Amino acid sequence: MHASPLSSLLSVQHVSKIYQHSTGPLTVLQDISFTLEAGATCAIVGPSGSGKTTLLGLCAGLDQPTSGSITLASHVLQDLSEDALARLRNTVVGFVFQSFQLIPTLTALENVMVPLELRGDKHASPRASELLQRVGLGQRLQHYPIQLSGGEQQRVALARAFIHQPRILFADEPTGNLDAETSAQVMRLLFDLNASAGTALVLVTHDLDLAQQTQRMIRLKGGMLCD
Amino acid sequence: MAWRDSRGSHTRLVLAMTAMMIGVAALVAILAFAANVHSAMATQAKVLLGADLVLNSRQPLSADMAALLATVPGEQAREIRCTSMAYFPRSADTRLVQVRALEGDFPYYGTLETEPPAAAQHFRHGLQALVDDSLLWQFDAQVGDSIRLGTVTFEIVGRLLKIPGEAATAALLGPRVYIPLPALAATGLIQPGSLLTYKHYMKLPPESDLTQLLETLAPHLASQRLESETVQKRLASMGRAMTNLSRFLNLTGFIALLLGSLGVASAMHVYMQDKRTTVALLRCLGVQTRQAFLVYLLQAAALGLLGSAGGVLLGSLIQTFLPMLLRDFVPVSLPVRPAWGAYAQGGLLGVWMTLVCALLPLVSIRRVSPLLALRVAADTTPAARDGLRWLLGLLMGLSMVAFALAYTERWAYGLGFCLAIGVAFLLLTATARLLIMLVHAWVPASWPYVWRQGLANLARPQNQTLLLVLTLGFSTFLLLSLALVQQMLVQQVERKGEAQQPNIVFFDIQSDQRDAVVQLVRTFALPVQQQVPLVTMRLSSVKHQSVEVLRNAPGTPIPTWALQWEYRSTYRDTLSATETLVAGTWHGQVSDLDRPIPISLETEIAHTLGVTLGDILVFDLQGVPLTTTVQSLRKVDWQRVQPNFFVVFPPGVLETAPQTVVLVSHVPSNALSAALQCAVVQQFPNVSVIDLRLVLATLDTLLARIVFALRFITLFSLVAGVMLCVSAALTTRTQRVRESVLLRTLGASRRQIGQILTTEYLLLGGLAAVTGVLLAVLASWALSLYLFEAPFTPTVPPLLLTVLAVMGLTVLIGRLSSRGVVQHPPLDVLRDA
Repeated sequence: MHASPLSSLLSVQHVSKIYQHSTGPLTVLQDISFTLEAGATCAIVGPSGSGKTTLLGLCAGLDQPTSGSITLASHVLQDLSEDALARLRNTVVGFVFQSFQLIPTLTALENVMVPLELRGDKHASPRASELLQRVGLGQRLQHYPIQLSGGEQQRVALARAFIHQPRILFADEPTGNLDAETSAQVMRLLFDLNASAGTALVLVTHDLDLAQQTQRMIRLKGGMLCD
Repeated sequence: MAWRDSRGSHTRLVLAMTAMMIGVAALVAILAFAANVHSAMATQAKVLLGADLVLNSRQPLSADMAALLATVPGEQAREIRCTSMAYFPRSADTRLVQVRALEGDFPYYGTLETEPPAAAQHFRHGLQALVDDSLLWQFDAQVGDSIRLGTVTFEIVGRLLKIPGEAATAALLGPRVYIPLPALAATGLIQPGSLLTYKHYMKLPPESDLTQLLETLAPHLASQRLESETVQKRLASMGRAMTNLSRFLNLTGFIALLLGSLGVASAMHVYMQDKRTTVALLRCLGVQTRQAFLVYLLQAAALGLLGSAGGVLLGSLIQTFLPMLLRDFVPVSLPVRPAWGAYAQGGLLGVWMTLVCALLPLVSIRRVSPLLALRVAADTTPAARDGLRWLLGLLMGLSMVAFALAYTERWAYGLGFCLAIGVAFLLLTATARLLIMLVHAWVPASWPYVWRQGLANLARPQNQTLLLVLTLGFSTFLLLSLALVQQMLVQQVERKGEAQQPNIVFFDIQSDQRDAVVQLVRTFALPVQQQVPLVTMRLSSVKHQSVEVLRNAPGTPIPTWALQWEYRSTYRDTLSATETLVAGTWHGQVSDLDRPIPISLETEIAHTLGVTLGDILVFDLQGVPLTTTVQSLRKVDWQRVQPNFFVVFPPGVLETAPQTVVLVSHVPSNALSAALQCAVVQQFPNVSVIDLRLVLATLDTLLARIVFALRFITLFSLVAGVMLCVSAALTTRTQRVRESVLLRTLGASRRQIGQILTTEYLLLGGLAAVTGVLLAVLASWALSLYLFEAPFTPTVPPLLLTVLAVMGLTVLIGRLSSRGVVQHPPLDVLRDA
C-alpha cells in the first residue's frame, strides 16, 4: 500500500462518479471534495438519488471513482488492489447497514467475530462476547439472526462494526428499518461506542434530527455538494 | 403474465427442466430399447431356435426313436456337443472349448454368421472347422490355420461371428468350435463317461401341425429321456430373461425419473419461496388467488412440456447406443426403430410428474398473505395444517407406486421396489442427517474461519444440503455397489488360486490313462493333490416310485432336471476337506451287496429329491440297477476348486464299473500351466483341463461387460444428480453473492471467499460420498453374505478414491456454478436494502 502524506483520516478530492449506460453516461457524483479528521463525525444528507450511498461506498473503498482521489488512513484508494482494499477495510473501516447484513448461518457471537477471524485473530471470542454484553445482548450470544428482532440484529451489527477497533465507521441509514424507539436506542449505542473508541463516523441518513447530532453535515443534491 | 413473471428466472427453471429431461431421456431410451427387443424377438422368433423343433438328450437316439423320427416329414439335422481341449499347432496354445459336431443344414432359420460368409456352408464336409472369433483373437490365429481336437487336426475355414439365438457372452464361457459330425468319431473325444449332449433339429413343412406331432412323440420322448424344445418354449424362456432385463432397465429409468422429479420439486419449492413477495404484491394489486396460482401452474406446465420434449429427443438419441452396449446379452439382432409408444409414455410421464411435483410447492401460494408485500414478517398458516398439501403428497407417492407397478408388471416386484427405494432413501436421509449433525458437533472452534464458515454455509436459508447429499450419495451408492460386488466376485475366485490350493483340474481321464497322466504331471514337478474316480449313472426310482411315473405325475414336487440328471458319482471311505457330515453316519467298506448300498447325499439334492435318511434310491448304471439307501447327509462347499459330488458311494461297489478319473493339481505359473496343458493335450487328446486362471480371466471379462453396461445405465442417475447439484448451486446463488459481498466488505480477500466456497462443496461432496460409500459397503456386504455366500473384505483404496472423486466432482460443479460470485462489487451490499 502506498501511504499519502495527508494528515486527515479521510480526504475526498474532486471526486466524480459516472456510470455508463446504454442510454448514455449517467453522472451520479460530480466534483465532490471534503476531509474528515480522526474521531470526527459527519452526516451525508440529501434527497433520494442524490448520490449519498454512492459517496459512502467510494469513501469506504467499496467502489472506485471515475475521477478525483480518495485517501483513507493515509492510503490512496485508487492505488490499491481489490484484496489490498479488503485488507484496509478489515483493519481501518467499520460498517453498519440499513438492512443489518448479518450472516444467517452464524450465531450472534460468530457474526461479531467475523472481522477479527478474517485476519486470523485467535482471540476474537472474548472480545465479541464483551461487545455483545455491552450492547445488551449478553444472553443472546448463541442466537441466530432469524431468532433476533430487527433492533437486536442492528445491535449485533454495531458490535461487529466495532470489534476490530476501526478508525472510521460508515453507517448507511442505520435506523432505516427500525421503529422510532428502537432507532433511538441504536443511535445512542452508536454514538456511545463511537465516542469511547475515538472512531470517526460517516453517517448517511434522511433523518435531519439524527444528522444534526454529528459535528458536520454534507448536503448532496443531484450529485453535487450544496452548502 | 406467466411468461413475463418467469423473466430473470429462466436459467433456474431451465436447470430444473434439465433434471426432468435427463429422467425422461433415461426412461424413453430404456422403454424404446425394450420395445425394440420385444419386436425383434417377435419377428425373429424362429431364428431364436433355428428350427421348428429340437430334441435334446444325454444319450444317443435309440434305433426305434431314430426310425420314428425318420418318418417325420421335413428336414432334420444332428449335432453332438462335448467339451474338449483345443490345440493350436502354430502357437502351441490350448484352451477348453465346446465342440459342436453338426450334420445337416441347421440352422434352418437364420444363418451362422461367419467370416468369410461362405464358410458357414464349407465347414460341413471333410476336416474343416468354424472357430469362435473371440478364440481366434485370443491366440492370434487366422482363417487357414489349424486346430486340433482330440487326435484330429482341422483346418480353420471361418471365424464364427454369431449363432442365431445365442448371446455373444455365451462364447466367453465356452468358445464354440463347429466341425462336421462324421469327423467326430475319429477325434477320440467320445469315450466312456464323456459328457455329451445330443441334439436333433427338425424343420417341418409349413402345413405341419407341430402340436399334433408333439402329442404323437410325447410317450417316446418321456421313455427315451428326450427333452423337446419349440420356438414357443424358447420364446417363453427368452421372454422371461428379456422381461427381467427390461424390468431392471425400467427400474433404473424410474430412479432417474425419481431424481428428476426431486429436482423439479426442490427447484419449484425454492422458486416459489422467492416468488412469495411477488404473489403478495399481485394480490395487493387485485389478482385473485386462483389467478396467481394459474400463473405459476402455467410455468410448471411449460417446464414439464419442454423438459419432457427435450427428454424424448435425448432419449431417442441414447436409444441408438443401448443396442451397442447390450447386444452381447441379447440373442437377437437389434435394429433401432422409432418406438412411438415409448416416446409417448416417457413424454406424458414427464409432464405428469413435473406437474405433480410442482403442485406441492405451488399450493402454498394460496396461503400467501397480501400483507407480505408490506411486512416481511407477515405470517402465513403453517404448511403442515394444509390438507391439500397432504393430499398432493399422497398423489405424488401413489404416482410413483403406480409407475413402479406398471413397469415391473408384478405387484410384489413393484411394491418391493418402492419399499426398497423408500428404505434406501430413508437410510440415505438418516445417514446424511447423522453425518451433518456429527460434522456440526465435531468441527472444533479452533478450526480456521474459512472452514467453519464453509461448514456453516451448509445450513444457509433455502439450502439443499440434504437433497444434494441424497442424490449424489445415491449415485455413489449405485455405482460403488456394482464395483464392490464385481471386486468381491473376482476376489472370491482369486482366493481359490492362492498358495497351494488346487487351481487346475484334469477330467475325462480313462482308467487306463490314469497312471500315465499322473506320471506326466509329476515330470513337471507338480503335486497330484487328488485322483478321484468318477462313475456316471442315472436315477431310476425314488422311494420306490419310478422316475417315469414321477415325471408324469401331476404336481410332482421333484423338478425334471433332478430326475433326468446324469449323476457323476464317486466312491471313497472318508469325507473330503470340502464336506461336513450333517446327519446320519458315514459309511465304511461295503461287503454285503445283497442289501441296499449305504450312500451319502449332499443336503441340497436330498432336499430337491425329497428324501432323507433311510430312504431308498435306485440308480441305473449302464443298465445295472443299484439299490441304495441314504445313510448320511453331507454339506458341501461347492466353491472350492476340486471335484464335489451329489452322491458318494462306499468302496467295494463301483470299482469295476466303467469310470473316468479326475485329477487335481496346483500350478504356480501361467507358463508352466500352458506347457503342462500342451503336453497333456498332445499325449492324451481326450483329456480336458479346467485352468482356474482362465476361469478367473473369463469371469473378469464377463463381469466387466455386465458392469460396464450397468454403469452406463446407472450414469443417468449420476447425471441427474449432477444437474441437481448445478441447479441447487444456482438456486442459492443470490444468497451466496450476498454473503460474498458482505464478507468482502468486512475485509475478506477473494482467496478467502474462494476457500469458503471450496470448503462448502468439499464438505457437501464428502458427506454425499461418505453416505454413498457407507451404504454401498453395507449393501455389498449383505449381498456377499446372503446372495453369494462369500466373505466380503473391501479394500480401502478404491473407497477412498471414490470419496475423493465425488468430492472433486462436487467442488468442480460447485465452483463452476458459482463463477462470478466474487466478481460482484462490494458496493452491492449498500444497495441491498
